[in-house]
Formats: sequence, C-alpha cells, structure tokens
Amino acid sequence: MSVLYDVPGPRARRLSMILSILAGVLILAGLIAMVVFLAAPRVNAGGVAQPGILDPSRWDILLDLAYWRRIGVGLTATLQMAGVAAVLAIVIGILLSLARTARAAVIRVPASILVEFFRGMPVLLMMLFILLVFSSGAFWAGVAALALYNGAVIGEALRSGIASLPKGQRESGLALGLTTMQVRFSIEFPQAFRQMLPIILAQLVVLLKDTSLAFIIGYQELLNIGLRQTTTTFGSRYQFTFFFVVWAIYLSVNLILSTIARFVAKRTAAGGAAARRARRTARVIAQLGGAGIDGARGTTPGNDARSPD
Amino acid sequence: MNVIIENLPRFAEGFLMTLRLLVISGAGALVIGTVVAAMRISPIPALRGFAVVYTEAIRNTPLTLVLFFCALVLPNLGVRLDFTTAALVGLTFYTSPFVAEALRSGINGIPVGQAEAARALGMGFNQTVRLIVLPQAVRMVIPPLINVLIALTKNTSVAAGFSVIELVAVSRQVIQQNGNATIAILVAVAVFYLVITIPLGQVAAHLERRVMVNR
Repeated sequence: MSVLYDVPGPRARRLSMILSILAGVLILAGLIAMVVFLAAPRVNAGGVAQPGILDPSRWDILLDLAYWRRIGVGLTATLQMAGVAAVLAIVIGILLSLARTARAAVIRVPASILVEFFRGMPVLLMMLFILLVFSSGAFWAGVAALALYNGAVIGEALRSGIASLPKGQRESGLALGLTTMQVRFSIEFPQAFRQMLPIILAQLVVLLKDTSLAFIIGYQELLNIGLRQTTTTFGSRYQFTFFFVVWAIYLSVNLILSTIARFVAKRTAAGGAAARRARRTARVIAQLGGAGIDGARGTTPGNDARSPD
Repeated sequence: MNVIIENLPRFAEGFLMTLRLLVISGAGALVIGTVVAAMRISPIPALRGFAVVYTEAIRNTPLTLVLFFCALVLPNLGVRLDFTTAALVGLTFYTSPFVAEALRSGINGIPVGQAEAARALGMGFNQTVRLIVLPQAVRMVIPPLINVLIALTKNTSVAAGFSVIELVAVSRQVIQQNGNATIAILVAVAVFYLVITIPLGQVAAHLERRVMVNR
C-alpha cells in the first residue's frame, strides 16, 4: 500500500535498510539458538547423557533401506485414501451443487441442510461415527468422512460459481430452446467448474492433509507408519529424525499440489478463446514431443483461497 | 436418550474443554497471526520473507502432525508439557497463519482507490489509515476471521487423539461403556459442535451481507 505515504526519501530509505538488517540478524540469531538447542546433549530420565539431535548417530537411520520401504508403504496408503476420497468428494460436490440450485424446494432445502451439517462437523467425529456405526474399517471410514466433508465444501464453491454467472447466460440458453437441465449441464456448469477449479484444488490440499486424521482411528498411513511405528521399531532416539522426514514429505506433496493449483488458476484466469488456443497449441506441441513451452500466461494473479482445515 | 442424560456431566466437561481449547488458542492465534500479518505487509524484506516461510510451512503441515510434535516429540527434546498445554500450543501455532492470511486478504481487499482518494484530498498517512483504510479493513476482516474460528472449533477435536478429554474423547469413552447407543451419543456430540459453529456462521453471514450493502 505505497499510496499511503509519499515516496521515501534518503533518510526513510536508510532507516528501512537498518531495520531490515536488524530484523535479519534477529531471525538469524533465533535460528542459531534453535540449532544450539537441538545440538545440545540430552540427559534422559535415567540420568544418562545422550548425543544431541544433530549427532550422526541419530540420523544414520536414513541410510537404512527397510526404513524407506516403510515410508513408501505409508505414503502409498495416504495417497490412496486421498485419491479415492478426492474423486468421491468431487462427485458429491457436483451432486450437492445441482441439488442446491434446483428449482424444487423439496430437493433444495434438504440439500442445504445436509451441506450445512457436513460443513459444521469435525471430520474426525464423522470418521469415528462411520467407523462405529457402519463398522466399515478404518480406510472406508476415513474415505467416506473426507468425501462427505470436502464434497460439501466443493458443492458450496460450485454453487457460488453458478450464482456468480451473468444472468444472460441462463436466459439466452433458455431463449435458444434448451431445457433447464440442458442449460445447467452444458452452459452454467462448465463455466462454474472452470471458475472454481483453483478453489477445488486448494480444497484437495486440505483433503490430503486431513487424511492424517485417519491415524487417530487406526488407519495405517504416513504419520502412523512413518512416525509412530518406526519410533517403536527403531528406537526413540530417531524420533526427531522420523518427524523431520514425515514433515518434509507432507510439505513437498502439498507444495506441489498448491503449485499446480496456482498454475491452473493462472490458466483459467486467462479464460476464453486465448486459453483455448493456448491449450490447443500445448496439445499439438505435446504430440510433436516438444517441451518447455509455456502455455497461456495469466493476466491476473490466482485465487489462493483456503480454509484452515 | 437415557445414556446422554445420565452422562450429561461428562459431556458438559468435554464441552468445557472444547470451549477452553477454542478460546485460549483462538486468542493466542489472533495475537501471533496479527504479528505475522504485520510482518507480511511491512516494508522490511527480512520480516516479509520470514512471514512467508512461516505461513507456508505451517499451512501445508497437517494439524495431526503439529499436535504429534507438541505432545510426543517435544518431551523427547526435553520440553515437558502436559497434554492440554501441548494441544493449546499446537492449535495456537497451527491457526496463526490462517489468521494472518485472513487479515492480509482483508487489508488487500480494500480498493487502492480509497487510499488514493484520501491522499488526493490532502489527508496524511495517519488520517488515511485511521479514517479511511482501517474502518473498512476491520469490517472486511471479521467474516473471514470468524470462518477461521469455526474451523478452529472443529480442529479442537483432533486433540482427542492426543489424550485431551474433550467432546470427541468423552463420546469415545461413553460409547465404550454403552455400545448400543452409539448413534444417539454421536448425534448429541454433533449437536454440541453445532451449538458453537452455527451461531458463529450466522454472525459471519450477517456481517458479510452488511459489508456488501455498504459497498
């Protein structure tokens, strides 16, 4: 918000420079303090001194293939749950958005109540509920709860996407003699979906993070296998190492997904004929085996809306 | 139904714990989130960079992992917290970047023209911020902040997985003793959550409508 004040003069610039260096030094000092804290030798409950966290004897487990095999099993389980739940969530979201925009109140009102209910429920409670009431096993309990919750959120996004379309879209469709259903499916829906794609993708990051809740109902996923079980198998002196690895994996998977979401947001923001042309060009280039050519460049920054769950 | 009436004191206890987690970590997250948001929009590059890394690192970490760290890894590093404190600390830090983002997007959501117009009228920095930008920013920020609080309410349930006796943990215990009333118990817990989240949602929706009208 540089409009708030005049362009800084030499004195203000110097002050900002000094503050920046000061802040940098403070942050650096904080990091150093953290490293020193981690590197300090530990004394366990029995009074025996143990090497600090940065000691090689705490990290040599990373060379063990058996450990990485288990991480692989855990990551696969997490991705499996996320994948199945994501597909179901999108299907449920589409159905709910259709029901919520239906003309008949008999369909619209119960759908609204369902959406509000699922959005207001903790996912963990839904997992527990499905696990206990349907005795479905941890995997399907997790998948169903994630699909219902995220389906409700995606349905809401799609509904607001439909609501934000210009009225003329629907009216001109009707004027052309299409039925209301045809207007919905071939005119309103594709536009709403494309407009809301970044939000849907951001929600899929949330879904992926939430698969870790299934750890609490006993599903064998990345957190359960890669942190809890490996700590029991290989010993608690490796616990911080295991934590660090699992964290890094979650971070990289989520950051990759977020990057894709941002990229898609840029492409859809370009919109219309230009984006279609760019896509066609990209397809042709892909068929010819070419690489490294950027598609449509967006003109507006992507919408990175995300909710903390 | 009898099961719920018989166990009402336990549910009340769990509800109070959920409320405590919500209020304390909500307040903590507001404080830390405001600091991070201030860093994020500050003219000092080092602080901005720190705020970006902090926000991205925590936003992309599952809450379960954050609580696991606070409850089970920290004691191993020599920092001993009881489980409730660990959950409070974890929820506070997990929620803070979302608060920061809500604040930032609210401030950024004010059209630049507003500040430009104020400057054109001859207002100084102080007047522009105090009379033009902040009053609008506060209104813009409240609905997303309430959404963050609603999410936090639901997130407190994760503490049940780390030995904190709140609503979900209580329902688990009660179900273990009364296996035949599972559905009734879980519906009761759902109602407890909805008692918090639905009014908050109504407030947010109401405020959002008012902001729209005033625009």
